[in-house]
Amino acid sequence: MSTLHLVALAPFIMAIFIPFFYFKFRHIHTGWFILPLPLILFIYLIQYLPLGGGPMETVERSVPWVPSLDIHFTVFLDGLSLLFALLITGIGTLVVLYSIYYIANKKEEPLNNFYVYLMMFMGAMLGVVLSDNLIVIYVFWELTSLASSLLIAYWFHKEKSRYGAQKSMLITVTGGFAMLAGFSLLYMMTGTFSIREIITYGDAIVTSPLFLPAMILILLGAFTKSAQFPFHIWLPDAMEAPTPVSAYLHSATMVKAGIYLVARFTPVFGGAPEWFWIITGFGLFTLLWGSVSAVRQKDLKGILAFSTVSQLGLIMSLLGLGSAAVHFDVVDGQSLYTVAVLAAVLHLINHATFKGSLFMVVGIIDHETGTRDIRKLGGLMTIMPVTFTISLIGIASMAGLPPFNGFLSKEMFFTGTLNSTTLDIFNVQTLGVIFPAVAWIASIFTFVYCMIMLFKTFTGKHHPERLEKEAHEAPAGMLISPVILASLVIIFGFFPNLLAYTIIDPAMQSILPGLLEPGEQFYVNIYHWHGLNTELFMTMGVVFFGSMIFLNLRKWQETTFYLKERDPLNWFYDSGLVGLIKGSTVVNDVQMTGRLRDYFTYMFTFLVLGMGYMLWNTGALAVDMANTADISIYMYIITLSLVLATVVIPFVSSRISAIVLMGVIGFLVALLFVVFRAPDLALTQLLVETVMVVLFLLVFYHLPELKKETFKPAFRLTNLVISIGVGLVVTLTALSAHALSYENPISPISDYFVENAYALAGGNNIVNVILVDFRGLDTLLEVLVLGIVGLAVVVLIKFKAKKGEDV
Amino acid sequence: MEILMILTVGVLFTVATYMILSKSMLRVIIGVVILSHGAHLLFLTLSGLKQGAPPLLGEEASAYTDPLPQALILTAIVIGFGITAFMLVLAYRTYKAHKTDNLDELRGTEDE
Repeated sequence: MSTLHLVALAPFIMAIFIPFFYFKFRHIHTGWFILPLPLILFIYLIQYLPLGGGPMETVERSVPWVPSLDIHFTVFLDGLSLLFALLITGIGTLVVLYSIYYIANKKEEPLNNFYVYLMMFMGAMLGVVLSDNLIVIYVFWELTSLASSLLIAYWFHKEKSRYGAQKSMLITVTGGFAMLAGFSLLYMMTGTFSIREIITYGDAIVTSPLFLPAMILILLGAFTKSAQFPFHIWLPDAMEAPTPVSAYLHSATMVKAGIYLVARFTPVFGGAPEWFWIITGFGLFTLLWGSVSAVRQKDLKGILAFSTVSQLGLIMSLLGLGSAAVHFDVVDGQSLYTVAVLAAVLHLINHATFKGSLFMVVGIIDHETGTRDIRKLGGLMTIMPVTFTISLIGIASMAGLPPFNGFLSKEMFFTGTLNSTTLDIFNVQTLGVIFPAVAWIASIFTFVYCMIMLFKTFTGKHHPERLEKEAHEAPAGMLISPVILASLVIIFGFFPNLLAYTIIDPAMQSILPGLLEPGEQFYVNIYHWHGLNTELFMTMGVVFFGSMIFLNLRKWQETTFYLKERDPLNWFYDSGLVGLIKGSTVVNDVQMTGRLRDYFTYMFTFLVLGMGYMLWNTGALAVDMANTADISIYMYIITLSLVLATVVIPFVSSRISAIVLMGVIGFLVALLFVVFRAPDLALTQLLVETVMVVLFLLVFYHLPELKKETFKPAFRLTNLVISIGVGLVVTLTALSAHALSYENPISPISDYFVENAYALAGGNNIVNVILVDFRGLDTLLEVLVLGIVGLAVVVLIKFKAKKGEDV
Repeated sequence: MEILMILTVGVLFTVATYMILSKSMLRVIIGVVILSHGAHLLFLTLSGLKQGAPPLLGEEASAYTDPLPQALILTAIVIGFGITAFMLVLAYRTYKAHKTDNLDELRGTEDE
């Protein structure tokens, strides 16, 4: 157990103590007790940054968990893990601080729940990014899904919260299971659960037939978590969560878990055309779809949700483009594609900063005005100047305007997509033109929703009568976190190279290992002015066309496209869920009729088909006439009588005849026992049959009259077919068994009983010796059965349920 | 002789199945009783019906019939008897409580 293990586990330990803080110190907001933890973790993690230059040192610590299954809780800290861990703890600190002011310390707010879930989430997320073992990653991965659902349903009395929580749970857990299957396939290919060891198996994985299934299954996990098309539908519904949760989980950290996974597995799968196409394709489509959908939203958090979807698509597509660098054909032009990875890492950081601050700002607006609906808001610029400033910075960065950090990553994004058109692998030349085009159109829509968000909220006329509260500036404490994030947006905007060799380069080295000689570093130099190149003109185009669309907003505001808010894909989810319930009800109703006969029908049919198939298929069917004993003439008489008595029974419709016939059958069986030299059996059978007939006669008076069965002919025919089938299968099996027992004779163990009955047990009646001596346990338990039956009969007859009591 | 016995057993099984598939509780019980007869006879038959003395050592014969299946069948007969007795009483109580022995009418409530 090392300090790094403790980093991942500390939040869980903290979660245990939270209820104590909450109930013991009611007057102090519980959040204050939590706040130091992420801060300490953040400061602790900073020391791993290569601040003095030079490559980052990786750290690995292992604790065995289930060693026999190759499951070790191994923490591995490299550039990528560190980047995510810093994001998680850093933004975690700010979110906890923000939530202290956002969620009032009122009696009815279960703050203990909130912080327990939040800490659980933070620990799980740190576990995901720090672990090296696939199974451990999966465990933490599912914990993030669980914590996320709990947080979404924090106000569980609201129906929408529960709906959103269920939806996110179903979608992300489905992906999680797929991912687990993918991990298992990886294990089958390599024999290890350690990611770093898996990376060394490169060729074995690429040539394996399991390569594609494993890749797709793992990507399913990543895509569901990171809200990629078409799994993005849970994210807008997750906005029912308290705003600090949306800021933390649904913009900065959890939704990036999928990004992390893709980045982490780039050294394993990267270089394959399928990986390139799937990630780039879905990423770009998600980018476009999210930005177009965001334009339609009327709720500020709705806009931000789709904006997050869109930006995640952007990062994803960049990772896809960057994976081309791993391809073995690319040697000279590598830097063209590593630029995409650089842009992905940069935008990951940028997005966390500006999206976090924007969510917090929206929370403030909601908190101070009582609504998030852009149709009700307006003219808040002079009322909430600080909030407005933060929003302006965040939105400008999101739109990709200079001098904020969003501009840098957007330019690099364009560079990445433009580079892809020159790619001479994977047949990109022909289709590659689509990439920059899609990116450009999506950027225009991004610009449009940014404008809508900014101008609809802060400019125009203020309508106090539409708001639930009188609008005013937020308290200072609430503003601290967004101000810090907004400052980061500006700082990273003006001094992007602060990040270059401290964090971006180590992260890139984790995503693209093996491209560098030891000791080398990626050339990371981010600057605002590239000269008059295509990217700059594309940005100008974005601003121009975006402004045109926004200025003409009125014209297409009335179109149905704009008026609808919900994503059309929700229809598939909702009707799929309803269909699943309806379908299973139908199946259930069809087979679970509650009729005894139907269940017997299933069982007998299965018996007939199963045994019949086996007899037929294994060729076991055989009849052996040679090894049979001779038949005496009286045997024909006995068996014929038995068959006759039996066959008549179904036609009998009076109780007394049925009982008498049963007696006849029983006594004939006893007679057969006599013939086959089983005196004890014959004796018992006679006795039992007599008692049985007496029993039947005893209850005779109370038994119902045997009514004629009023079956439909078809019904009767089915019964007949099934019973003949059963009889036939039993007969054939018995015949075959008889024949085969002579083909492969096994000497019976009875010889032992015959020889030793007297010598060992001192008895001459071998059957009785077996019953009470050799196999006495059977008899003991058989006596027990009779005893239990006797008791049960007494209880059944004596026990009378009182009125209203359930029998 | 084995073939003849197996055919007889087949008839017993057929009729037993037919009875078990009916609606009346009493018929189902009769079906179960016949089924156990069939099973006992099948057991005896498949262990071989070779001629020999009854498994009593006092007979001092050269060969005896197989004693083990006889012991097993004896156990089965007693257990079968116990089960039948129990089912019979259960049917009696069910009939008293619900005034019907039609299994279709004893299906339980809709929401079950």
